[in-house]
Amino acid sequence: MEHSRIHLSILLSLVLVALAACGDGAAPGPVRGEGTVVLATHDSFAISDETWATFTAETGYEVEVLTAGDAGTLTNQAVLTKDNPTADVLYGIDNTFLGRALDAGVFIEYESAGLDAVPEELRAGPDVTPIDFGDVCLNYDKSAVEPPDSLDDLLSPAYENMLVVQNPAASSPGLAFLLATIATYGEDGWQDYWRTLIDNGVKIAPDWETAYFSDFTVGGGGDRPLVVSYASSPPAGVIFSEEPLTEAPTGTVQVGCFRQIEYAGLLTDSDEGRSLIDFMLGLTFQEDIPLNMFVFPANVDAALPSEFTAYADVPSEPLTLDPATIESNRDRWIDEWTDLALR
Amino acid sequence: MNRPGLRWLAVVPAAFLAWFYAYPIVRIWWVGFVTGDDGLLDAIGTAGVSDAAAFTVAQAAASTALTLLVGIPIAGIFARFEFPLKRTIRAIITIPFVLPTVVVAAAFLALLGPRGTLGVDLEGTVAAILVAHVFYNVSVVVRTVAPLWESIDPRLEAAAATLGANRWRVFREVTLPLIQPAVAAAAALVFLFTFTSFGVVLILGSLEHATLEVAIWRRAVGAFDLQGAALLSILQLIGVATLLGLYGRSQRNRRVQQNLLAARHTTRRARSGPERIAVTAGLTAVVIFTLGPLLSLAIQSFGGLDNPTLSYYSTLDQRDFAFAVPPTEAVANSVTFAAVAAVIAAIVGGIAAAVVAYERTSFATVFDTVLMLPLGTSAVTVGFGFLVALDRPIDLRTSFIIVPLAHALVAIPFVVRTTAPVMAAVRSRLREAAAVLGASPRRAFREVDLPLISKALGVGTSFAFAVSLGEFGATTFIARPERPTLPVAIERFLGRPGGESFGRAMAMSVILMLVTAASVALIDRHRDGDF
Repeated sequence: MEHSRIHLSILLSLVLVALAACGDGAAPGPVRGEGTVVLATHDSFAISDETWATFTAETGYEVEVLTAGDAGTLTNQAVLTKDNPTADVLYGIDNTFLGRALDAGVFIEYESAGLDAVPEELRAGPDVTPIDFGDVCLNYDKSAVEPPDSLDDLLSPAYENMLVVQNPAASSPGLAFLLATIATYGEDGWQDYWRTLIDNGVKIAPDWETAYFSDFTVGGGGDRPLVVSYASSPPAGVIFSEEPLTEAPTGTVQVGCFRQIEYAGLLTDSDEGRSLIDFMLGLTFQEDIPLNMFVFPANVDAALPSEFTAYADVPSEPLTLDPATIESNRDRWIDEWTDLALR
Repeated sequence: MNRPGLRWLAVVPAAFLAWFYAYPIVRIWWVGFVTGDDGLLDAIGTAGVSDAAAFTVAQAAASTALTLLVGIPIAGIFARFEFPLKRTIRAIITIPFVLPTVVVAAAFLALLGPRGTLGVDLEGTVAAILVAHVFYNVSVVVRTVAPLWESIDPRLEAAAATLGANRWRVFREVTLPLIQPAVAAAAALVFLFTFTSFGVVLILGSLEHATLEVAIWRRAVGAFDLQGAALLSILQLIGVATLLGLYGRSQRNRRVQQNLLAARHTTRRARSGPERIAVTAGLTAVVIFTLGPLLSLAIQSFGGLDNPTLSYYSTLDQRDFAFAVPPTEAVANSVTFAAVAAVIAAIVGGIAAAVVAYERTSFATVFDTVLMLPLGTSAVTVGFGFLVALDRPIDLRTSFIIVPLAHALVAIPFVVRTTAPVMAAVRSRLREAAAVLGASPRRAFREVDLPLISKALGVGTSFAFAVSLGEFGATTFIARPERPTLPVAIERFLGRPGGESFGRAMAMSVILMLVTAASVALIDRHRDGDF
């Protein structure tokens, strides 16, 4: 039976190597030792290294960032790990998913002193701290079409086959636009609005990337001059355009915008977490937000970059719905929308 | 042969699967059933679910058949002929396998969309799903089937031809039965891969078509109905297990031991005119099919043909913007994760393949089936399972190793499926002959089995590497330390409006392609052992 012993020795050594590799890697990535604060956020999160350096200089804490899919995935993770959180602070949960986290009670109440500089309409109770907001708005191709004056206008023959939206079941701006129509036409009227919109040739794309880069006339040479996107898309279009531009080729339609507000919340009862939330409301972090994440700072004292003041139109009367209302109806609305739009 | 030590070695892969697969998914199901509120059967009862189940099976079966149809002839060309740039072409056809869906979707829409260059609009059709699945998986067939095929003694085929059989009959009655284990293995891999297809179906498919994978994702992420998601993923798993059981039974009595030869003895240049034409035509077709979409991406990364520019590449490293990952950093992260994942998959999968190949018991058959299950399990189930299960005894949820672990889980079936058929086919008589000639068992194994096996293991390892480069599996659903990989860097550019963002995303995609081709070619070169 010599050969079996030989096999064993070979394979056992492989196993030992494997175990060594595992043991090595099992050393926890984010060392949650003294002086480290862990931030869980979504994949779109970005902030500059200098900002974190300032945080460390001011507080003595190092930051460890965990990224975790989109806002919906992030929310679910927080609920699933409520009893043993992976992070001290959660940031990036928005008002379309906030109700779910509040229902599950994942946050520890904290009211930062910095809240004084945040407008009342962005706040959502003692559990969470508003950090930024962005408006999901129709964008239009300035060279191809006049902007509509109302959501009703989109039903007219003038806008036939001109609009591309995203599937609300799979896309955050798609869901926001559906909520905008519900906020406008109410529980009794939104389905009729959508039936007429579909008769008028609205195109439904699976996600924002396809809508913006394949179907929109400006983004990628598509044939739809109206797209559901963000109020911050025109400045982004200027910053990331092929040639230096003096004027944005796209504009924001001022009506029918839905406001997404992103919050931070405390997952562990820790001083590190509280000082991170305080810092996120401070000017260093707030003024770093626009050019990294293309949303607007919640702190009214934060100065905006010139591209934002020049090319972004913040709608004066964005639509909103209460997070609790969204939470109790979201799935039904999406199902009903799917039935009428895709079946 | 009786190898008493092997069965208990199954402990290694079994423990791996128990800890990183079975325990997490059972935990998340448990959470689903405990927290679920009402209407246990609501999720199953709706018409949507049976539609999704039927569509899932139908599209996977059609995709598998089409992929085999395209892949087997190409595998034959790779197995039997020497031609220039062989390794390069083999590396190129592996590239699609790793590309993010959103990038492939952009390429396909550029070619086959409403304004596509090819003039056919497949947007939102089932045809688009099938074509994309073939595009993604043709290399799975080629890489799984060619290694066994090229080890088969061509004199068997020559003998049949001498006896008057035409080419088709030689293929059907001699070659096919001999390569059958590898063909079945490739079919199983492609089926599982397309069975759990997510991004392709969501982005390229018509929006009313949903696979079970998409339905599970909608329940788990969109609706946070973990009970419904659990029911659906159990249903999905039962389907996968049933099909794998059938596959295992069909394979059990069909093992053929044969004299496997090293490739240098079996491949040659195309000789006759028709042979040259067939080889050239086959290679040209697959290269065009693969390179078409890849080229359209590459062209967009240079800003189009009219006004080509290098600016997207030269401005990729944008340290002014925190979201932009410097390309060197993305490449380093991707390659590190992939190397670790490939090592884990090669070790665990290699041991598992040995158990499957050398144990001739029903235990081995069942074990084999279980090994394949992770490939047929929804990524969101595994990902959320990791979150609720891997915090004890050590908290792995936020450690570096979680990413390669998630990748290895998907990669292990590839290692097993490419290695086990070759291991099983090595003739024990060869080993015995070596023993009679005075070789120690160690030497017999080293000089007879090992060269053939290590080659197959090399194929499996390069798959594992590719699986990880393409970020397959649960990684999008677990919280991970911020080490952005190439696919993540691509998605970040795609998330910003503006022509430069799109161009840079395409440039980053081209870098991913080059990294894939280079690393796969490097691993292939090593396994060929001829440098």
